Amino acid sequence: MTAAFRSDAVAALGDGGIPVHARMRGVTRIYGDPASGVRALAEIDLDLRRGEFYSVIGPSGCGKSTLLDVLAGLSRPTTGTIEFEARVLDGVPDGIGVVFQEDASFAWLTVSDNIAFGLRRAGVDPAEVARRLDYALRLMGLVDFAKSYPAQLSGGMRQRVCIARTLVMQPRMILLDEPFGALDAQTRLIMGDELLKVWRETGATVLLITHALDEAAMLSDRIGIMSARPGRIIEEVVTHWPRERDSRIAAEHSFGDVTTRLWSVLREESLKSVRQGGGV
Amino acid sequence: MSRVSALRLLVVGGFVVALEVLCRTGIISKLVLIAPSDMAIHLFRILMSRKADADILESLTNVVIAVLLSVIGGFAVGAAIHSFPRLRRAIDPFLASYYALPFFAFYPLFIVLFGLGRGAIVAIGVLFGIVAMIISTLTAFDRIPRVLVRTASIYRMGPIEAALRVKLPSAIPYLFTGFKLAIAYAFIGVIAAEFIMATSGLGYSISYAFNNFDNGTMYGLMLFVIVFVTAINAIFHIMERRLLRRWGR
Repeated sequence: MTAAFRSDAVAALGDGGIPVHARMRGVTRIYGDPASGVRALAEIDLDLRRGEFYSVIGPSGCGKSTLLDVLAGLSRPTTGTIEFEARVLDGVPDGIGVVFQEDASFAWLTVSDNIAFGLRRAGVDPAEVARRLDYALRLMGLVDFAKSYPAQLSGGMRQRVCIARTLVMQPRMILLDEPFGALDAQTRLIMGDELLKVWRETGATVLLITHALDEAAMLSDRIGIMSARPGRIIEEVVTHWPRERDSRIAAEHSFGDVTTRLWSVLREESLKSVRQGGGV
Repeated sequence: MSRVSALRLLVVGGFVVALEVLCRTGIISKLVLIAPSDMAIHLFRILMSRKADADILESLTNVVIAVLLSVIGGFAVGAAIHSFPRLRRAIDPFLASYYALPFFAFYPLFIVLFGLGRGAIVAIGVLFGIVAMIISTLTAFDRIPRVLVRTASIYRMGPIEAALRVKLPSAIPYLFTGFKLAIAYAFIGVIAAEFIMATSGLGYSISYAFNNFDNGTMYGLMLFVIVFVTAINAIFHIMERRLLRRWGR
C-alpha cells in the first residue's frame, strides 16, 4: 500500500505519465451570497487520469456531491476552472454519464426502453441500439427483465437499469454519486464487482462518490479524502490494485492497510464535521 | 368488487331507490321531479328517436374542443409558471381563489369577443377547465423527483424537451386529477353557456324543455349529461389506477 499526499504540480500528463481526463483548479462552490453564503467547496485541485477509477470519500456534508455536480456541469463553480478533455466546462459536456444515488429510472418505460432512451433520443441506428441494448442487458443481468417496469424490480435492479442506461451511451467519463447507498451489504459487493467489470470493459474514467471506506478501497486506483465542510481534498491514497480485481480483494492483507489509512485521516475530519453539526 | 366499490354502489343505488319511492308515492311532485326510472325511459326514447343527436354532437364537440384547449393550454401555462418560482408566488393566490370569481357573469364580453356561436361557448368552457389543469400541473411538477430533472440535464435537454420527455410522463399520474377536473368543469362551462348563448346543443335543449314544462325531455337530457360525465370520469379513474399500479406509486 502506498499513501501519498497529492502534488500541486499541474501537467498535461498526470502522475505516471497518463493523460489527464478532467482537471479542477481552484474550484470553490458557495451556495447563496458569495460573502455570507454556505461554502460547500474550498479550493479543489484535482486531476482525473484517463481510464482510472477514482473515489472520493469524506464526512457527511463535506461537499462530495457538490464536487460531482460541478464536475458534471450540473452546477457552476463559484470560482476556479474545470476542464474535461482539455476543454473548459460550460454546462454538461458531451461524453459524461452520471449515476445518481436516488432511483432515476423512468417509471413509465420498460427496462429496455429505459436503457435505450438516450440512444433513441440521439437518433442512433436501430440496429446499433439493439446491439448496445443487448450488451447492456447481459452485462447487468437484466435479460429476463427487459419487458418489466422499474416498479416490478428491486432497488438494486433499478440501480442496474440506471447504470446500464448510462453505459449504453458509451460515456468516456462516468460519475457515480453514492450509487449503492440504498442497497444492502451483499448487493453492494456484487454491484461493486459489476461496476469493476464495466470499468474494465469500457475503459472509461470513473469518479465514485461514496461514504463507504471499504467500497472506496475495493474499487479504486486512487482515493481522495475530503475535509469537513468547506470540502477540499486533503489527501490521496493510491491502492496499487491490479486492474483485474473484484470484491475478493478485501481478503488481501494490504486491503486492511488501505482502509486503516483512510480512516486515520477521515476520523479527524468526521469529528470536525460532528462539531460543525454535520453528523457523520 | 372491492368493499369500498360495493359500498359506493350501495350509496348511489340507495339514493336512486329512495328518490324512486319518493316520486312514485307522490311525496315529491311530478311537476318538480320525475322518478329516476321515468328519466331513464325518457332518455331511452330520446336516444332512439335520434331527435337529440345533433344537439348531443354539438355539445360534445364543444366540450372536446374546450377540454383539449384546457388540458394542453393548462399544461403549457402550468409548466411555464413552474419554471419561474417568483411568478408562481405572485400568481398562486389568484389561482387559489379563481373559482370564487363569478366570471360567468361576463358572458356578454365573450359574445362581443367571439360572437354568438361556438367560439364564445368554448371560451367559457376553457375558462372553467383551464385553471384546474394549471393548478394540477403545478402540483404534479412539484412531485417530480429532482433526480429525474437532473437526469434530463445530464442528457443535455432544453427546458421544453425536458418538460415533454421527462416532466410530463413523470407527472402524468398526478395530472390525471387535473384532467378529470378539466373535463368536468369544461362540461359545466359548455352546458351552462349553451343555456344562455346558444340556439342548439344539450344546454339549449334542456333550457328549451324547461321553458316548455317538458319535464320528461329535460330530465332525460340531464340524466344523459350525468351518466356521460360519470362514465368518462370512471374510465379515467380506472386508467389512473392502472397506471399508478404499473408505476408502483
